[in-house]
Amino acid sequence: MEMIATALPALSQAWALILQPMVLAYLVLGVVMGLAVGVFPGLGGIAGLSLLLPFMFGMDPVMGLALMIGMVAVVPTSDTFASVLMGIPGSSASQATVLDGFPMAKQGQAARALSAAFTSSLFGGLVGAAFLTLFILVARPIVLAFGLPEMLMITVFGLSMVAILAGRVALKGVAAAGLGLLIGTIGEADAGGSLRMSTYDIPYLTDGLQLVIVGLGIFAIPEIVSLLRQDRAISQDANLGAGWADGVRDWFANKWLSVRCSIIGVVVGVIPGLGGSVVDWIAYGHTVQSTRDTSDFGLGNVRGVIGPESSNNAKEGGGLVPTLLFGIPGSGSMAIFIGAIALLGSGDIEVGPAMLRDNLDITYSIVWLLALANVVGTLLCIAASGGIARLTTIRFTYLAPFLFMLIAFAAFQSGQNFEDLLALFAIGLIGVFLRRFDWSRPAFLIGFVLSNPVEKFSNQAVQIASFRFRKSFEEGMEYVFSPIVIVLIVITVLSVVFGLRQAKAIAAEGEVPTGSKRAPLVFLMVVMGYVIAALINANAIPDYNMTDKVVPLVVGGVTLAACLVLLMQMMRRPESDAVFADKEMAGEDADAPHGLWGTLAWFAGLIAATWVVGFILALAGFLVSFFRIRAGCGWGKTLLLSAGGIAFMCLMASALNRDFPPGLLQDAIDLPWPLR
Amino acid sequence: MTKFTRAALAALIAATPFAATAEVDLSGETVEWVIPFSETGGSAKWANFFAPLLSEALPGQPTVVVKFMPGAGSTKGANWFQEQEEGDGTLIFGSSGSTQFPYLLNDPRVRYEYNDWIPVMASGTGGVAYLEPEAGAKFDGSANALKDMDFIYGSQGATRLDLVPLLAWEMLGMNVEPVFGIKGRGDGRLMFERGEANIDYQTTSGYLGGSADLVEAGQAVPMMTWGALDEDGNIVRDPTFPDIPTFKEVCEATEGCETSGEAWDAWKAFFVAGFPVQKLAFLPKGTDQEVIDTYVAAFEAVRNREDFEQISTQTVGEYPVFVGEGAQRALQQATSVPQEAKDYVKTWLRDSYGVELEG
Repeated sequence: MEMIATALPALSQAWALILQPMVLAYLVLGVVMGLAVGVFPGLGGIAGLSLLLPFMFGMDPVMGLALMIGMVAVVPTSDTFASVLMGIPGSSASQATVLDGFPMAKQGQAARALSAAFTSSLFGGLVGAAFLTLFILVARPIVLAFGLPEMLMITVFGLSMVAILAGRVALKGVAAAGLGLLIGTIGEADAGGSLRMSTYDIPYLTDGLQLVIVGLGIFAIPEIVSLLRQDRAISQDANLGAGWADGVRDWFANKWLSVRCSIIGVVVGVIPGLGGSVVDWIAYGHTVQSTRDTSDFGLGNVRGVIGPESSNNAKEGGGLVPTLLFGIPGSGSMAIFIGAIALLGSGDIEVGPAMLRDNLDITYSIVWLLALANVVGTLLCIAASGGIARLTTIRFTYLAPFLFMLIAFAAFQSGQNFEDLLALFAIGLIGVFLRRFDWSRPAFLIGFVLSNPVEKFSNQAVQIASFRFRKSFEEGMEYVFSPIVIVLIVITVLSVVFGLRQAKAIAAEGEVPTGSKRAPLVFLMVVMGYVIAALINANAIPDYNMTDKVVPLVVGGVTLAACLVLLMQMMRRPESDAVFADKEMAGEDADAPHGLWGTLAWFAGLIAATWVVGFILALAGFLVSFFRIRAGCGWGKTLLLSAGGIAFMCLMASALNRDFPPGLLQDAIDLPWPLR
Repeated sequence: MTKFTRAALAALIAATPFAATAEVDLSGETVEWVIPFSETGGSAKWANFFAPLLSEALPGQPTVVVKFMPGAGSTKGANWFQEQEEGDGTLIFGSSGSTQFPYLLNDPRVRYEYNDWIPVMASGTGGVAYLEPEAGAKFDGSANALKDMDFIYGSQGATRLDLVPLLAWEMLGMNVEPVFGIKGRGDGRLMFERGEANIDYQTTSGYLGGSADLVEAGQAVPMMTWGALDEDGNIVRDPTFPDIPTFKEVCEATEGCETSGEAWDAWKAFFVAGFPVQKLAFLPKGTDQEVIDTYVAAFEAVRNREDFEQISTQTVGEYPVFVGEGAQRALQQATSVPQEAKDYVKTWLRDSYGVELEG
């Protein structure tokens, strides 16, 4: 009762703060800016927020909050455009949306998929805010109950989603996830600083690979290349069948799924340290497990869009709990958010334990500004979705060069190294082959995303557990097997059992034909080669840095075992077995008018030219020659499209105050921006 | 450049007839303030606080934008800055303790030289160590009763700023086991709050923002601050926490802990580099003297703002902001660590944590 007595006045004060014309105007401004940044894949909220920072100093707190929250809230909404329309995960929040959203776009149902996604986002955001309004008052002890063993178990639960997404040959899924985990360990270890599969001579590798690059490489590049080879529009239907009203109806038919996934989103978002990058996969897993007929998941089941999209906006609300109550950012954009709050007004709002006591009205304003921003953002997105969906009817050859341009720019922003582009290409190559041979790409990505948490939490939990066990056996057991851990173990086991039963039906890559044995075998050997190299490399780390070698050795061992079993299966089974899946044997990839290597060479050419003459000059050459030669445009159209692309790139970079990758030319002579 | 040549150069420039007309004017220019960390860290907060103030104070009110160049624990950005020669005042660089420690420890990735750069502003912070209540009850101003206890501490890494607390506890004879791999001190505090760690330290802003509440609620007991430096470079009580003893006092009261000799010198050297002179703003090598003077004057103006104390408490705390000559002295203090101190720390890092630093 006492709780409600403090909450209600604060809540009404919060609404009084929010419902001022200027505050609402700033919120809408933030939303529009967030949409403008968010529709471009890979940039996300961090780029947008750091753009706002210079204006935050001394700004009226509520207005500044409205501007920033408007921007943060709509990124997980607007990145859906890229996920659904192009198959490019716009940010880590919408990776799972790609699985069913993009196939829907291919079937000419882009508008339907988009509006279902947006309605789910909106609903998720509102559920998140409502839940938080009460939960935030009691959240502190609950958040503190999640120690390292609990976080480790949630990470393992996230990994168990591989069971659902493993594809037709479960072993391949396991091996793909293992490969993702191993690639995630590249670089300097967090615990002891040992180098894994990297050297100080290549400083780029010591920091490890960025999620943006891996996400774009694994999902975007294979899809772009495949569509470009087929030289057609994304949508197989010239006329877009289903409209946006259908999407809203789809959501209504699945409203309970949406409620459940929203709650999953808030709850996982609340736990600090997980960063919410697994939320959409867990929601997707739940969606599959709770659906009777799973035959068309991965081929365009609208539930596969509704589930993850309901969770990812709710997650933003959940992420506010560790941010506001503990001063610990749940994500990169939340970290900037904390920094920016200190600049607001006279600097007297400070996130942390005092937030609830001293600034409960501001806290509630933040929660409900977030909800309101979701509403505004969603309405704008739904209004735009019908028009933007028409992109899927354009001949893809006209879109592809712009997409290459955008993903190269986005990849470069993650680390501002030329190596970012090389890494994007290398990971893209892995993605192309995983797709071709039907190794689960979602499993690979889950492995990569969870690599760092698995290693960190297991090392730390083991260290603290052994400290407790030294005190007494009971104390150790109590720490390791807390009630939360036991519940999570049960959930994980159930999820794997259910998952394996449901998984057989899911074909994330559609029907993949089989053919000769040679190519799949060669790919398996290459993967095994890398795994063995990683194992030897990890084994060479001295024993006093045990924490740095345990995870690579265990994961590498399991992956190698999976690969060896696959190898035996390949030796025994006939060519027609699913283990020999190869998209180049039949179907749309095999029948495509253009070859794989020729198409990849265009992108490689852009990167190579960037190395020599810098990004903008390379882009000019790339666009002109692509439109002229590959697309066969006349000179007029070629020049118009190329100039448009470059002008757009320059406009965006200057608005965001970002640089382009320089080349050898720029090392030699000083050039004016944007050629610099 | 020595002080004499710089003064001579300044005099020379002042004497030339051009001096009056060649005043630095940055109107319409964009000044890039490069931070070798990501958007999310403390240095970002620091630069974002100063950037708009600096913009106002510089002649011509240029746009000051903060640019982030993270990588390799800030050595990537610092190596990049070493190569820059744009001495026209459109580029400044912000370094932090995490940039200074690898430099002092001869990290193989370091290809930068602090003495080449021109410091224009420096600011510092303090740090407070605290204990869980049970251990806190045994703490009597000395660590004598803490020596037979086991402590666990969430650490970002032994070669980072955490070197200062870890070495201090070791000198006190305490048995502190670090759990490595956390990101940011906020995570360390959370680990303490969950009861997984039973000793922790926070920088001043982190302590005031979170841990002070724990102390008030009886869930934590402050142990010691690292102290602050007076004009003569002596360690005195931290002005923000006048009631909490310094490590120096605790060490003096504790059996077996010496405030002289190798270990103490090493600790003090790294403390100075990591706390009282934690963040520095630099102009690149070879910058024109009048640009330097312009920046010194601008930071001076920022520091002298009437509202500076009020608006800066959260970002720089109640610690002095050094400008110009003062920043130069601060840099000297922070980077002139005697070789014996470096060797001592390197040996200690190798023996205690297996960290090998080549070079």
